[in-house]
Amino acid sequence: MKPSGESLPFDRLPPTERPYFERFGNGLVVVLAAVRPGPSGWGRGGPPHGGAWIHLGEDGKARAFTGKADVGQGTRTALMLLVAEELRLPLSSIELTMGDTDVSPWDMGTFGSRSMPDAAQHLRITGAAARTALTELAAAALGVVADRVELVDGRARVRGAKGPKPVPYGILVKGLRRVEMVSPSTRSISPSEWTKAGQPTMNVGGHDIVTGARRYTSDLHPPGMLYGKVLFPPSYGAKLRSVDLSRAQALPGVTAVHEGDFVAVAAPDLPSARSALKAIRAEWETSPQPSEREIVDFLRHHPVEGEDFWDVVHHETGDVDAALVAAPVSLHETYSTAYIAHVPMETHAVLAAWEGERLTVWLGGQTPFRARDALSDALGLSPANVRVIVPPTGSGFGGKHAGDLAIGAARLAKAAGRPVRITYTREEEFTQAYFRPMAVVEIRSGAKNDGTLTAWQFHNLNAGAAAALLPYKVPNQKIGNQPVDSPLPQGSYRALAATANNFARESHIDELAARVGADPVEYRLRHLADDRLAAVLKAVAERAGWTPRRGSRVRDRARGHGQGIAVGLEKEGRVATFAEVRVLEDRRLEVVRIVTGFECGAIVHPSNLQSQIEGGTVMALGGALFEAIHFDGGRILNPRLSAYRVPRFRDVPPIEVLLLDRRDLPSQGGGETPLIAVAPAVANAIFDATGTRLRSLPLVPDGTVP
Amino acid sequence: MARRKPGVRPSTGRRGSAKSSARAPTLPQIRVNGVDHPVLLDADRSLLDVLREELGLTGAKYGCGEGECGACKVLVDGVAVRSCMTPVAEAVGRSITTIEGLAHGDRLHPVQQAFADTGAFQCGYCIPGMIIAAVSLLETNPHPTEKEVRTAMDGNICRCCGYLRILEAIRRAAQPSRGVGGGAP
Repeated sequence: MKPSGESLPFDRLPPTERPYFERFGNGLVVVLAAVRPGPSGWGRGGPPHGGAWIHLGEDGKARAFTGKADVGQGTRTALMLLVAEELRLPLSSIELTMGDTDVSPWDMGTFGSRSMPDAAQHLRITGAAARTALTELAAAALGVVADRVELVDGRARVRGAKGPKPVPYGILVKGLRRVEMVSPSTRSISPSEWTKAGQPTMNVGGHDIVTGARRYTSDLHPPGMLYGKVLFPPSYGAKLRSVDLSRAQALPGVTAVHEGDFVAVAAPDLPSARSALKAIRAEWETSPQPSEREIVDFLRHHPVEGEDFWDVVHHETGDVDAALVAAPVSLHETYSTAYIAHVPMETHAVLAAWEGERLTVWLGGQTPFRARDALSDALGLSPANVRVIVPPTGSGFGGKHAGDLAIGAARLAKAAGRPVRITYTREEEFTQAYFRPMAVVEIRSGAKNDGTLTAWQFHNLNAGAAAALLPYKVPNQKIGNQPVDSPLPQGSYRALAATANNFARESHIDELAARVGADPVEYRLRHLADDRLAAVLKAVAERAGWTPRRGSRVRDRARGHGQGIAVGLEKEGRVATFAEVRVLEDRRLEVVRIVTGFECGAIVHPSNLQSQIEGGTVMALGGALFEAIHFDGGRILNPRLSAYRVPRFRDVPPIEVLLLDRRDLPSQGGGETPLIAVAPAVANAIFDATGTRLRSLPLVPDGTVP
Repeated sequence: MARRKPGVRPSTGRRGSAKSSARAPTLPQIRVNGVDHPVLLDADRSLLDVLREELGLTGAKYGCGEGECGACKVLVDGVAVRSCMTPVAEAVGRSITTIEGLAHGDRLHPVQQAFADTGAFQCGYCIPGMIIAAVSLLETNPHPTEKEVRTAMDGNICRCCGYLRILEAIRRAAQPSRGVGGGAP
């Protein structure tokens, strides 16, 4: 490595100057060039990315690297399948390093269902280029032209039965220290020819999971490690007025730190750390905070400029005001969703360890490079001296993007001269993480007497723009959103704004269909502007055995049963969800059955996609039916699992999943969009069963239909 | 995957008092996966803390600290208990089996095998507690109905919500041919 390069981290070195071979041994390295962020962040050619690289070693293994993290969504196996496919290697010969800032390509973070459309495509093309390079090496070794070389299961051979003995890849790259860039003419294998990707496959890592051997961040325990505890404000908006650490510092083995607003302790065992935290004397200055009762008013009166990751939408076509006035049928309704919590099974966890001026952080998180940069900024370190590693992580759902905890652990570790791990308690997880934003969505619509939509005015307060645009043909539209200065910390959540916007839109469409006496499926198909979404809706209606409604509502269903349907188009995925519910005599609600169809282009890993959809559907049922954060005076009132209900076994209905595989279309993500039609499908089914229209999520906080 | 952790390596071995049974003969003992360990009876310490932080057995997980999620379940004399709610004193003189002690050498317990074969995991964090709960259920009721499984497992939360796969795994483990329940063939 050149001396000049020592101050740059691996990912920022020029591709040909990175110390691949020093780290991974001899072999062939193929690199896809990075697309750096433009001045305004998002480049013209799509999202910026750090490229990808694959190292083919003398041991015959392919080491692939990505900056994405797998926190349980199963992308590791999906990405490995694609590399195995391109390189004609068994899955067992692929090693994939994810989210390690010392060796991975730079990455914005794991959010927005970008692993399939971005990281997967980068690895595919890099794998394809590596296959080309291997083919050329094999042609020379076998003494034939490249066209006659065939790569099968980690060996190169001459096409046809006759010819020299097959040569393992490891022999082909023996003694090599070559770096090649992916050429623009490289073509990856077409999904229609996939033999490994697209096939049912078990996720890797199962043995370690079922034996308890898998080490999550909260399981790591290097020798001499101390347990860190942070002193958090008693309520949102509270400012630290004074703090006295002397009693805590007097305890044996305790290190206490106070820097700005950060106050924390570290101790050799958990009970000592808890005692040390209790021994801190702090005075806080609190400020008035809005209560849950006045939250909608508060949101309306605290708009902010939208410059956040969820962005702003302002879409206008035609003349919506005139069309609304002229419409013989019109409807004006407001829908809302609550603040809800991610509740990852593994609470936030971080381990920080120093070696001189070099810091290593193990972080259960979704944005390792953002954490590296935050650590380097906060601690005044060169990014080359900060390594962030994402170990196996007990889920995230969008809730693990923050880097503050890592900075805190690093400060404690520095002060103590020992590694420090901080693991949130469940209560800290509820109060110190951030929530899915609450949304207030207002829709005014206009239609002709036959129901044909003519006007659509849509406004989202606080939750964001995703899935706000209409998948339906409406000539006059005005669609917008207003970010708000939320009194509760809020941020990313699996399908956050799309869930709110889709709930509002698909409920409203159902209301319109009922108003004009149209069948909800036919009414949607009549207006859908997207053939792929229409295909998903038809497939689901057929599988579910949808009973069409004509004229006034048909009430020939078994007593208390109702059916509802909803669609969604988001992140290039298309979803339709059917729900059947039963409302018992005491008004208790039972979800009897769910059918969800999903289309996200060429399916890379169908077993995992199915699992994501089943799980996502149940997770979405939690937010649809009963999850809500309660708060007053800047405090969370239900920061415990005994007070905040998440879906359990008893809440899980039979779920049928239809996967529509489109090998002719690019692969998209499947971790989020399958959630967004669940709440409206259930709300629409409740309406069908009872005639009661519920417009706020959660729909049935106490389990009963009002 | 490149495992090049500079400097400090997260240890996976046993720590602290775990090794010192010979030197501390007067301390009360808990038997974990067939091995006796001396423990300090401190009211502040749960069985979960002792297993994870002192014995290095991190398969049982912290999830809520109030017995709501089941991630911390271990078998105490063959019955699933929530170790986060169990003072370590209550475990003295009893036989504890954690997820690490369920397999016989390389041979997985049939419930572990069924979870692995079904792919009944996403992030995997809840799975040790799920398996322990399922083992405990099948010990007393080798062929439960689906409703009995759901009732018995309702104290275990999976936030990835992979419940359907987990039910399938338990159904698979409970098949008569698989020999679950008392470990009989």
